[in-house]
Amino acid sequence: MSAIEQRFGPYGGRYVPETLIAALDELTAAWEATREDPEYLARLGGLRRDYIGRPTPLYLAERLSERVGSRVYLKREDLAHTGAHKINNALGQALLAQRMGKARIIAETGAGQHGVATATACALLGLECIVYMGTEDIRRQAPNVERMKLLGAEVAAVDAGARTLKEATSAAIRDWVANVETTHYVIGSAVGPAPYPVLVRDLQRVIGEEAREQALAAEGVLPRRVIACIGGGSNAIGIFAPFLDDAEVALIGVEAGGDGIETGRHGASLNAGTTGVLHGSLSAIVADEDGQILEAHSVSAGLDYPGTGPQHAYLRDTGRAAYFPVTDAGALAALRELSRLEGIIPALESSHAVAWLLENPLAGEGFDVLCLSGRGDKDLAEYVRRTGEVS
Amino acid sequence: MIAGEQRIRAAFDAARAEGRAALMPYMMAGFPDRESGLAVAAAYADAGADLVELGVPYSDPLADGPTNHAAATRALAEGATLRTALEACEAIADKVPVVLMIYTNMVLAHGGGEEFAKLARAAGAAGVIVPDLPLGEDEGIRDAFGAAGLAMVPLVAPTTPDERRRRICAVAKGFIYLVSTVGTTGERGELPPELAALVAATKADAGETPVAVGFGIGTPAQAAEVGKVADGVIVGSRLVRAAGEGGSPAAAADSVAEFLAEARVALAG
Repeated sequence: MSAIEQRFGPYGGRYVPETLIAALDELTAAWEATREDPEYLARLGGLRRDYIGRPTPLYLAERLSERVGSRVYLKREDLAHTGAHKINNALGQALLAQRMGKARIIAETGAGQHGVATATACALLGLECIVYMGTEDIRRQAPNVERMKLLGAEVAAVDAGARTLKEATSAAIRDWVANVETTHYVIGSAVGPAPYPVLVRDLQRVIGEEAREQALAAEGVLPRRVIACIGGGSNAIGIFAPFLDDAEVALIGVEAGGDGIETGRHGASLNAGTTGVLHGSLSAIVADEDGQILEAHSVSAGLDYPGTGPQHAYLRDTGRAAYFPVTDAGALAALRELSRLEGIIPALESSHAVAWLLENPLAGEGFDVLCLSGRGDKDLAEYVRRTGEVS
Repeated sequence: MIAGEQRIRAAFDAARAEGRAALMPYMMAGFPDRESGLAVAAAYADAGADLVELGVPYSDPLADGPTNHAAATRALAEGATLRTALEACEAIADKVPVVLMIYTNMVLAHGGGEEFAKLARAAGAAGVIVPDLPLGEDEGIRDAFGAAGLAMVPLVAPTTPDERRRRICAVAKGFIYLVSTVGTTGERGELPPELAALVAATKADAGETPVAVGFGIGTPAQAAEVGKVADGVIVGSRLVRAAGEGGSPAAAADSVAEFLAEARVALAG
């Protein structure tokens, strides 16, 4: 494997206080030494199989396929332990932290899925766990808050700004600045200062490796398109990464259009943002002309973030991947549609990818793979609140 | 030596000639509102600041603790922009060297290193601290500041390895900002016992370049303690808190001036 990338084209880097540089160097060296270490890989592989439940199925969704007019396979990350792809990264990083001798773990969370995954991994490995979460997200994602507490984590409420993922991430970074010698920060998406975008991608690429193999086994050829939702972009980069050299496979990222790009209330940093620094890396972000980071808006807490991972900004610029926004309304309708068609309630995050697919059916031969990054149980209260539908 | 660097060095030299460390108060531009910020800046210039560190309000200040973060949030809610900070800079730059403290994203948003340097120089700034631009990241900004006569002041942290600290000191302009403790800005009850050794090690690497210590210094006694070993003492959150408690521009100015007077006495100790 090649050296850990510090940048992807101009994007990435380490725009952080000097205090963190030594820790980032340490983490880079640790990951370089660990990611091909047979002992680590054997432990991670065993836990992936027996604990997370990998490989997750690649499921041919027949009624959805009928609806869109071409074959669609769902990569069922919703069936992974804790209900989303986030556990792939959290468990891998917690094992790494343990090897590095760091017994205190901090994390940020938006939808709560990364927080639950980190709390789960820490319970499994006997590590102390503190999860930073905005108070607005605590309100929207109450069941996940209870889950984290049950798992023994401390949920630290963040009451700054819009009280969502951006502020939770900032609070976690500040904690890390203060406790860097004893603490590992398990960042939840493919964002942050180097080496985090690479570390998270490496741990999530298992999604794409499995999907590629499963697609070939089922169809004998590669998919025409791979589709994933994108906030920070960890499930997307995870499923994209093994397909990057397959030029015939289109890679589609679907970001939060919120109330619509034209309203300014969205989380579509790749479509309607600018180039700037957020949380330690240069990437596509949403900021005003003075350079102040703007609040994102999305019905989905996991996509409610005014930035995205640096590798996605690079893939956009090079044209290797294409990114499109889907509105809150589109995602809510897609959540309902998939529930009724397949008996699968998708997370509001993943519903963005489903919504894009419903609007953009595949023309001609071939098939699609869509990353169903998480399950939607956590979103039911928000769904009912927004749609007025009651059971 | 570049123009801004000369002004900064002259200020340290003048303090040293008086047998004391230089006193560098920090303020948040536009906090708690534009008028109060201007009053605080004027008070600093008149009440014994040798240099002024002028913070530009930013939405996501990762190096700052709760006091300065809340102050930035308040200033932004009052409509502050880079312009507000440059206005405060202009108002006092004739009297005292001003070092702007600004996060990378705002430099990029205002056209990048070269364009931002023009704005800062036009406002009379002598130097710039970019707390989230460590050595090795976007060196083009450092080059552009140098070319424009703006001193780019680097930070050194307790966690900075020895070899890296030497490299940082080698490219430092104006002075070296030594972070006293592992953490974000904010008052601390006690300064770490190993601080004196850290200052000594940094001064050995710094050569002629002055070393000023910041983060966690909140009392005149702490300022005096640090002033015994360092070339400069930076007081931030304590003064931001004072500016916020005033209730009016005049009261904010009185409040910070009172602290500065006490700190000057303690430093002259």
